[in-house]
Parts: sequence; C-alpha cells; structure tokens
Amino acid sequence: MGKKITIEPITRVEGHGKVTIKLDDDNNIVESRLHIVEFRGFERFVQGRPYWEAPVLVQRLCGICPVSHHLAAAKAMDVVVGAGEGNGLTPTADKVRRLMHYGQIFQSHVLHFFHLVSPDLLFGVDGDPATRNIVGVAQQFPELATQGVMMRKFGQEIIKATSGKKIHGTGAIPGGVNKCLTKEDVDNFLHGADPLNIDKMISWASDAVELFKDYHLKNKKFIDEFAYFPSNHLSLVRKGDGALELYDGVLRAVDADGKIILNDVDNQEYHHHIAEGVKSWTYMKFPFLKHLGKEKGWFRVGPLARLNVAEFIPSEKAQREFELFRAYTHGKPNQSSMHMHWARLIEVLHAAEEMKRLLLDPDLTKGDLMTTGTRKGEGVGIIEAPRGTLFHHYKVDPQDHITMCNLIVSTTCNNEPMNQAVNWVARNVIAGNEKVPEHMLNQVEVAIRAYDPCLSCATHAMGKMPLKISLEDQSGNILDEVIKG
Amino acid sequence: MSNEIQLTIDGKSIVAKLGQTIVEAARDNNVYIPTLCDFKNLTPAGTCRVCSVKVDGRVVVACGTRVASGMVVENESAEMTDTRKAIIEMLFVEGNHMCPTCEKSGNCELQAIAYHYRITAPRFPFLFPKKSLESVHPLLMLEHNRCIQCRRCVRGIRTKDGKGVFAFKNRSNNIELIMDKSRADDIDDELAAAAANICPVGAIIKKGVGFSTPIGERTFDKQQIGESYGK
Repeated sequence: MGKKITIEPITRVEGHGKVTIKLDDDNNIVESRLHIVEFRGFERFVQGRPYWEAPVLVQRLCGICPVSHHLAAAKAMDVVVGAGEGNGLTPTADKVRRLMHYGQIFQSHVLHFFHLVSPDLLFGVDGDPATRNIVGVAQQFPELATQGVMMRKFGQEIIKATSGKKIHGTGAIPGGVNKCLTKEDVDNFLHGADPLNIDKMISWASDAVELFKDYHLKNKKFIDEFAYFPSNHLSLVRKGDGALELYDGVLRAVDADGKIILNDVDNQEYHHHIAEGVKSWTYMKFPFLKHLGKEKGWFRVGPLARLNVAEFIPSEKAQREFELFRAYTHGKPNQSSMHMHWARLIEVLHAAEEMKRLLLDPDLTKGDLMTTGTRKGEGVGIIEAPRGTLFHHYKVDPQDHITMCNLIVSTTCNNEPMNQAVNWVARNVIAGNEKVPEHMLNQVEVAIRAYDPCLSCATHAMGKMPLKISLEDQSGNILDEVIKG
Repeated sequence: MSNEIQLTIDGKSIVAKLGQTIVEAARDNNVYIPTLCDFKNLTPAGTCRVCSVKVDGRVVVACGTRVASGMVVENESAEMTDTRKAIIEMLFVEGNHMCPTCEKSGNCELQAIAYHYRITAPRFPFLFPKKSLESVHPLLMLEHNRCIQCRRCVRGIRTKDGKGVFAFKNRSNNIELIMDKSRADDIDDELAAAAANICPVGAIIKKGVGFSTPIGERTFDKQQIGESYGK
C-alpha cells in the first residue's frame, strides 16, 4: 500500500500552497507536485475599470512587491496613452520610477534573505524548528537581524518618498509620475543618521554577499548540489548591450548551455513568443516558449535567471561580484537552485548602488512629470520584479474601459522550476525512507523557498502558520497526521 | 429688534442669526456637525441624513432645520453619535465602496467622515448591489457603485444657460444617477471638473485625472474632516 505526504501550507513563503508527494510500497517516488490552492481573479475583475485605475488596483495582488505590479501596469498604460515605452517618459518620471523600483527590489530581496531564508542557513535545514525562524535569528544573531530590519526599512522609505506610501502607493500614473522627490528627501537618503543612509546600505549589502560566499565555502556540496537541475533562463536585458536591466528592457532567454534561444524581443511582442499551459491540479499556469513547446520551453526567472542571461551589471561593486558568480560556472548558466540566494544578494548590492546613482541625479527633484501622446487600444508592460519577469498586458476601449487583462506573474513563470526542485528533493532526500522526519519535509520547503515564491501574490502575515503533514494511502485514507503551529 | 438668538448645542450656549439652519449656526460657532449632501450656496436637500441631530427630543436633519430661540440641540451625545455612525455605515453597505483603489480616496467626504468616527467595519451586512461604471461623455464617467444619491450634482451643476445636467431615474433600490445627454455639447473641461469636484464620493469621474494628486497633497491628507472645528 503506497502513501502520500502532504505539506500544507508551505511556510516562510508569501501566500499559500501545498506539496503532495506520493510514494509506492517500497517508498519510491511515484509523483510530486506543488499545488497553488488560491484563486485570485484579478484579470477578470479589472475588466470594465478605467485604464488609469489599473496601476493602483492590480498592485493589490501583493503586499510584498506591489511596486512591481504598480510599475508594470503603469508601463502598459504608458503605451496606451501614447507616452511610449520606458524612454518615452520625461527624465524625471523615468528616474523617479526607477528609484521606486530599486527600493522595492532592495526591500523585497532583503526580506526574503534575512527573514525567510537565513534561519535555514544559520541553524541548518535540520535545525530545531522551534528556533529555526526569524525570532531565533533575532535572539542568537541580533546584529544580523537588525541589519535585515533596517535595510528593509530603507527600501520602504524610498518607496514612500516616490509613491506616497510604503505599501500600495500611487506614484506611477499612465504617462509619468505624480510627484518627484524633495531635496530634503534626497539629503536624508544620502546623508541620514546612521544606519539609514545609502552608503551604509551599500556596505551592508556587500557584507551580505560576503556572508553568503563564506557559507557557500563551508557548505559547498549542499549549496551546489541541492535542487540542481538544468533549465532555460529568461529575463529582461538592456537593449543594445545586454546589461542587467530591471525596469525596462528587451526579453532574452538562454538554454542550459547558454545559447540564446529568445533574442531581444520587444515587450509588445511577448505574446508571439510566450504562452501558458494549464493543469487540473493547480490554479497556477505553466508558461513556456512557444517555439520550444510545453515540454522543452519552460524556463526559470528571477535573480539566478537574470544573472545567467545578462552580459554584465552596470554598477561597479555588483559587477565585481557578478564576475565571480559567472566564473564559478565557467561562464555557463548556473543551474543550482541555492545559488539563487547568491544572485539575489548581488542584486541587493546592485540595487543599493543604483539607488545612490539616482539619488545624486538632479533630475530626481525637478523637471516635467508627464508625457502625453496618441491613444492606443493596447499596451504591454514588462518589468523584472524581485521574483522574476512580470508581464502585464491590457486592452482598452475608446471609452477608456479595460476590456482585457493578462498577467503572467513571476512566480507563475517559476511554476515548473519549483516543481522540478520539489521533485529533486523527493527523489534525493525523501525516497527510500520508511519514516519522513520534519527536517526532510523542511528541505522540500527550502527548495521552494529558494525561488522566493509569492504563491498568491497576496499580502504576507507574520505570525503562526500551521504546518499540516498527513500520510495517506493511495485511497486517500489518513495513516498519520502531524499538525504544528 | 435684534435678529440674534441663543440656543445650545451639546450644552454649549451659542448665538445664531434668525433664519440660519442649525448646520450654518454650528459652523459660525466653530461646532462640527458632519454633512454630505450639504454644499455651499445650494438649497438644503436633507438627502443623506448624516447631519441628524436631536432637537427637543426629536431627531431632525440639521441642514434643513432652522434655529429657534432656546433650542436645545444634541449633536455628539452617545446616542446621536451611534445613530450617525449607523447612517454612515448604511451608505457604505448600500453601495460598493472600494477605497483602496478609488481615485477619490483622500478627497472623499464619505471616507473622511468614516475616519472621523473611526468606523472600521459596518454593523450591517454588505448588500453588494450590482451596479456599473458608465462612460457617459468624452470627459465623464458615472461610477454608480459609489453614488450615495446626495443630489449635489443635480442641484449644483448647470450649463452656462442655467440648465441642469444630472438627474435621477427610478425609485428606491433602483434609483440611478443619469446625465442628460442632450446637454453633452455644453459640458466643457471646466464644467466636467466642477461635476467631479461637487461629488462627495467619486461617483462622477473626470476622465484621465485618476491619481494625479500625490498622496500627501489630497484634501484630507492635509487636514482631517472636522479637524478645524473646536480650535
């Protein structure tokens, strides 16, 4: 009689999901799946709304990276109002939005590494679950926990200065922004009392990269081999030179060997190249490159994919780390799921350096905010959200109502990769074991967590999340059940 | 003969002019009575009932009741505050008010009054009526989900030749704001902006304005409703 392991909900990720692993009588893996059990429906209920509402409405998908949805929708609506893509905006609008975006990347990555992931690294994936959490980190590594909190605060303050609120602001509007920064804002970010100034943030970001590299050195096998699998990688890159570009670029993808399989596609053309598949057991779709098909066309997005696809990083310190990162795999795409953390921290450093560059730019505090042009009936906005490439596509009728909305959220792009990662743990950690202790189940979560999934793109609640694990036979009879929390 | 009279609001003795409404007298004496359907220079309509006060044991609308000598007005008593909150909560549940994504947020008087009374959730069940967003003019949309039928637009928005632009059709639960489309040519940018501004809740939207006023510069970001009173 076979059995089925269910992990529900998955902890220390955004949103709610569950994992099922089916084993046969000899404890071999029959099947493993990551299920997304929430249904959101934003694509439907934005229909009929006025187009200018989209950037504010759709960002309510998420409380962690609303800025990404806010900006992606605003970029799509820039096209609709005839302001053109990216560089069609005024220099002030473009730079205010970029600063907002880097503030977002910075705070979201920091939240993920310090609050959600560091417990696994600091206490080990098999550490005592009672202390393997952010409270345990705060108690045993108070300096590190404080850094995490203050770095996130800095990013949130940048978002507030550019969009009006730390969460769900209104700064980006179709065709531009509704405000620029004051000189006092800029002065505070550049020269604020320690530690809330940009130089300290750059310094702490460098320290975080070193922390990971040191951990990597001591845990090489785990970091390199855990949830390793080959895949395609997709991200935006800067048009022309292929630099890492998080706000506005062209779509590029490489295969597992680094060969370019999608070459600098314009945002408005994405739907000719990318489609989504559906499966009956999850609400989350499976995006793929059309010319490669569902089986071979799936791809990873996010920090790992971005650093695999980009030619270089246009900021000094991050570029030095990028060179080490790329050299580690001899210039080939890096396929280790746990190296996602390494890539993410290099991006934290890049975001901090970019924020400083922007804060020193006089355009940030003066200049025209809006661009207008000839109305169009359709617009696409693509952005690199913290978790990966995010697609917003809208159609708008002549009376200004949205008639169609298609959102391909970053985590959706990582659906197949996360299933691959879960499958790796099932086959390499769980298979063959009669008993499945907690630390093995945590490793399933560690694999998913590497992708920083925002499973519902929903607001995140700190607090006790119950973990329910049930062992079932193939008829669905519960053999054993453990509930934590 | 003096045209000044004396009355009390919540025990405080005030002087008012004969012919004033209770709301006008309260304003002149720095006493806050919340209003929604009341608007400067418009004849009182008494449609929203938010200014309900108790006078000599009877609940009346303060915007439509004239002061009288020796009148005893109960405004912020526990009973009247609760009654008023119930009225505000009914306005919320009878429409579909999605403040987080509403472009009127921060400039919305209904939202501001709810904040003033610290209303976090209504005591009544949401009715979730099926209402629509209607594009009625190249410059205007009517967001029926938000309309509280205060009639400020009906009373206050007129074309240059003095003709009304807005009206209501149907009755009771089916009542709905309409725009006279035969007046469409008379609605210019200025009148469209005036229509959006006279609406207390964002039921009349001037197209393309959206969220152009940044957070921090909206009306009630600077000063909460009723905050200037009593100082």
